[in-house]
Amino acid sequence: MALHSAIKGKLISVIGDEDTCVGFLLGGVGEINKNRHPNFMVVDKNTAVSELEDCFKRFLKRDDIDIILINQNCAELIRHVIDAHTSPVPAVLEIPSKDHPYDASKDSILRRARGMFNPEDLVR
Amino acid sequence: MSGKDRLPIFPSRGAQMLMKARLAGAQKGHGLLKKKADALQMRFRLILGKIIETKTLMGDVMKEAAFSLAEAKFTSGDINQVVLQNVTKAQIKIRTKKDNVAGVTLPVFESYQDGSDTYELAGLARGGQQLAKLNKNYQSAVKLLVELASLQTSFVTLDEVIKITNRRVNAIEHVIIPRIDRTLAYIISELDELEREEFYRLKKIQDKKREARIKADAKKAEWCSRASMCASRPISWMRAMTTCCSKYYLGCVNFQQYYC
Repeated sequence: MALHSAIKGKLISVIGDEDTCVGFLLGGVGEINKNRHPNFMVVDKNTAVSELEDCFKRFLKRDDIDIILINQNCAELIRHVIDAHTSPVPAVLEIPSKDHPYDASKDSILRRARGMFNPEDLVR
Repeated sequence: MSGKDRLPIFPSRGAQMLMKARLAGAQKGHGLLKKKADALQMRFRLILGKIIETKTLMGDVMKEAAFSLAEAKFTSGDINQVVLQNVTKAQIKIRTKKDNVAGVTLPVFESYQDGSDTYELAGLARGGQQLAKLNKNYQSAVKLLVELASLQTSFVTLDEVIKITNRRVNAIEHVIIPRIDRTLAYIISELDELEREEFYRLKKIQDKKREARIKADAKKAEWCSRASMCASRPISWMRAMTTCCSKYYLGCVNFQQYYC
């Protein structure tokens, strides 16, 4: 089983606003599996935080997902869940969304890295 | 730190040799682990630098991608729902490879194209060029993000491993080696103590033996003289006995002076 899943290609999942999702889906990362579960989630202003959290946790549990892309403004909402996820796989990547500029100081990984590098290097 | 903290071991030569071997082993291990930690640290810094570089690059790439999406929307109208509904199979998938740094396996992600493009007919009516551009932009964004993801995964893994290695290095340096040192000191002190005891015992035995020998010699001399006296003057036996004794006493003194 492990060998089989190692050979099989893994997926990239996307959590973000509509435009981000559409963009990445056009790029060709989207997939709907046999149970009709998509590997992406469109977040709009009506999406509840608990819904977002559940979705994120579900993506973490799925073993066919290796990378989770999440908009930084969505990541801010479920920051505690992202910080609690410490294992290397799946990798959680925060990406800038269309209407929120990227802020390096909020990124979970870069915050961990800050202790080792000067803050000036990070902002640069 | 208590000075009593040492390994429970019986102080003997064998145990001392064992401890010496263990100390040598601990020192060797400490050196090796330190080297490993240094190698990992070097790699870690490299990855960190790359992550920061890629993150800033990502900002630019995402901006371009979002801009091309806006362009595509402008030319071909609202395609969002069409795209969201028509998802079937992923075209870009990820393969995982393993990279080895000083005995630590780091997963390296690699994206590859699998199957045909689901959206090859999208934008057929209008805006096809913009959509193609959009597609290309997002694919390059995905490539960059996959690279970033593998860097980030390596970062997390290395971070963990470096912490563990440093903990081990410090444990050996500050706990295990001092404990072995203390055990060795204890064994040496106990062995010295035993040696002193043994030396004292030998001296004591020598003394005892010498005393016994002196006594034996004296007895022999006494018997000899008495026998000769008895042979020459059998009458005054008692007097002879007393003179003999006094003579023997003198002899003893002489003897002792001679020997000691």
